[in-house]
Amino acid sequence: MMLNCLRHPSIPLNSTQSLPATRIILKPTVMPTVVKKHPLAIRWFHWLNFPILACMIWSGLLIYWANDEYKIKLGQKEFFHFFPDGFYKTLNVPFRLAEGMSWHFTFMWLFFINGLLYVLFTLFSGQWRLLVPNKKSFKESWLVVLHDLHIRRTAPEFLKYNAAQRVAYTLVVLMGIGSLLTGLAIYKPVTFSALAWLCGGYEAARLEHFILTLGYVLFFLIHIAQVIKTGWNNFQAMVTGFEIIKPNQTVNNE
Amino acid sequence: MNKVTHTFPQEQLSKKQLRKKTLLSFLIFVVLGAAAWFLFSSVKNAPKDDGASKPLRSVLSANESIFSSVFSSKKLVKEYPLSAAAKTVRVNGSDGLEDGVDTANWRLHVVKQNGDTLTLTLTDIKKLPKKDIVFDFKCIEGWSQVTHWAGVPLKTFMQTYGLTEESKMNYVGLQTPNKKYYVGIDMPSAVQEQTILCYEMNGAPLPLNQGYPLRLIIPVKYGVKHLKRISTMYFSNSKPPDFWAERGYDYYAGH
Repeated sequence: MMLNCLRHPSIPLNSTQSLPATRIILKPTVMPTVVKKHPLAIRWFHWLNFPILACMIWSGLLIYWANDEYKIKLGQKEFFHFFPDGFYKTLNVPFRLAEGMSWHFTFMWLFFINGLLYVLFTLFSGQWRLLVPNKKSFKESWLVVLHDLHIRRTAPEFLKYNAAQRVAYTLVVLMGIGSLLTGLAIYKPVTFSALAWLCGGYEAARLEHFILTLGYVLFFLIHIAQVIKTGWNNFQAMVTGFEIIKPNQTVNNE
Repeated sequence: MNKVTHTFPQEQLSKKQLRKKTLLSFLIFVVLGAAAWFLFSSVKNAPKDDGASKPLRSVLSANESIFSSVFSSKKLVKEYPLSAAAKTVRVNGSDGLEDGVDTANWRLHVVKQNGDTLTLTLTDIKKLPKKDIVFDFKCIEGWSQVTHWAGVPLKTFMQTYGLTEESKMNYVGLQTPNKKYYVGIDMPSAVQEQTILCYEMNGAPLPLNQGYPLRLIIPVKYGVKHLKRISTMYFSNSKPPDFWAERGYDYYAGH
C-alpha cells in the first residue's frame, strides 16, 4: 500500500475530498517520472541513526548484563528473564561492562547530536507537517493497522506518511528524547537530581531506559517488516531520495 | 491548522539517467556504510589506554571535563530516614582485602606535602565529629541500595589535621594495606560534605568484608571509589593510579 503513497504532485492534498474514488491516472509518457520524496538531510539522519542506535543498544546490553535484574513475573511464576544465558553467549555479552560503558558514553553524543539535528531540520524545513500526527491521524492509524492486518479492505489516503507512520515516527522521536533524559538521570543522578526525581528515582529511570530500548527493538522489527512488505521502490527512495512512477502507472491509493 | 498543500518536486528522466542516478546513490551508500564499519572496527581495535580503546578513553576524559565542570560539591546527595536503610548490606568486591587486617597495628597514614606522614589510630579518628549518612549506594554494575554509614567527613578531617595545602591539590589517592586496591578521587568530590572516612555500618563497627577498620564512603561516586580498609592517603595534582580505571573503566565514575 505504501508503494505508491505519493499522490500525483499536481494535485494538492486539500482537493482530495472532491476526487472521485481513489484512482488517479497519470498522463502516459515514455520516460519514467521520479518524485523527490526524502530530502538528503533526512536520509543522512536516518542512515546515521541506524548504526548509532545499534551501537547504543549493543553497548547498553553489555552494561545491562552486569545487573540483569528485569523479568516478567506473574505472582510467583517467572515468564521471561531479560535475558537467557544462551542469548548472552550467542552475542558474546558477558564480562564486558567497562567496554560497554566506554562505547555507550561515546555514542550518546552522536545519538544526541544526530537526533537534535534531525528534529531541528524537520522543524525548520517544514517536513514536520508531513510527519507529526494531525487531528485525523490517531483515528486513521487504527484503520491503517486494520488494513495492514488484512482486516479492512481500504486504507485512508495520505501524502508522504500514512497516519500510522505519522504516529510511529513521531513516537520514536519522543522515545529518543526519553532515552536521553532517563539516560542522563542514570548517568549523573546527583548533578541532575531533579531529572532523576521526575523519572521516579534512579532505579525507575534505569527500568524506563530499558523499556524504551525494548521499544526500539519492537519498532525496528515492525519497520523492517513494513519496508519489506512495501517493496523495493519505497526502500530505494530512502537511499536515492526519489520514488519512481513508471509510465502509464496508476497511482493506487487503495 | 492550515491545510497541507505540500507537493513533491518531480522530474522526468530517461531510463539511462535513472539507472545512473540509482547506481550512484547506492554506490555512495555502500561506500559510506563500509567506511562506517571501518571506523567502528578501527576504534574497537585501537591500542588500549588503561584497558579502554584510546579514542574511547579520550571521550571518557572529555566527558569528565564536561561533567566535572557542571558538578557542584555544594549539591547534596539525597538522604533517607534510618528506617529506609537495608539491614543486610550487599557485599561486592574484595580486591585489596585478601590479606586480612592486623587490627592492633593498623594505622591510617596520611602523606603530607612537606614530606611528613601523619600516623593515626582508629581512636584518633573517632574523636572527630561523627556524621551519619543514609543514602542510595550505587554500584557501577547497575544496582543500588539504601544503606547507613557513619564516620568523620573527610573535609572535617583535613581541616582538623591542617591539610590546607593538600586540599588545594587536584586529587586524593587512597590505598589498602597490601596496596592491591587503590583509587584516585578529584578534590571537589573528596571534600563534598557527605564524603566520610567511615568506621560504622548500621550503627556497628564495619564488618571485615566492608573494610574494617576504616573505609571511604563517597556518595557522589560509584561504589568502586568507596575504597575498603584505607591504609594510606596521599595528595597529587596528577591522577593517582586507580584500580578499575586501569581495567577499562571511567576514571571519574561520579554522579
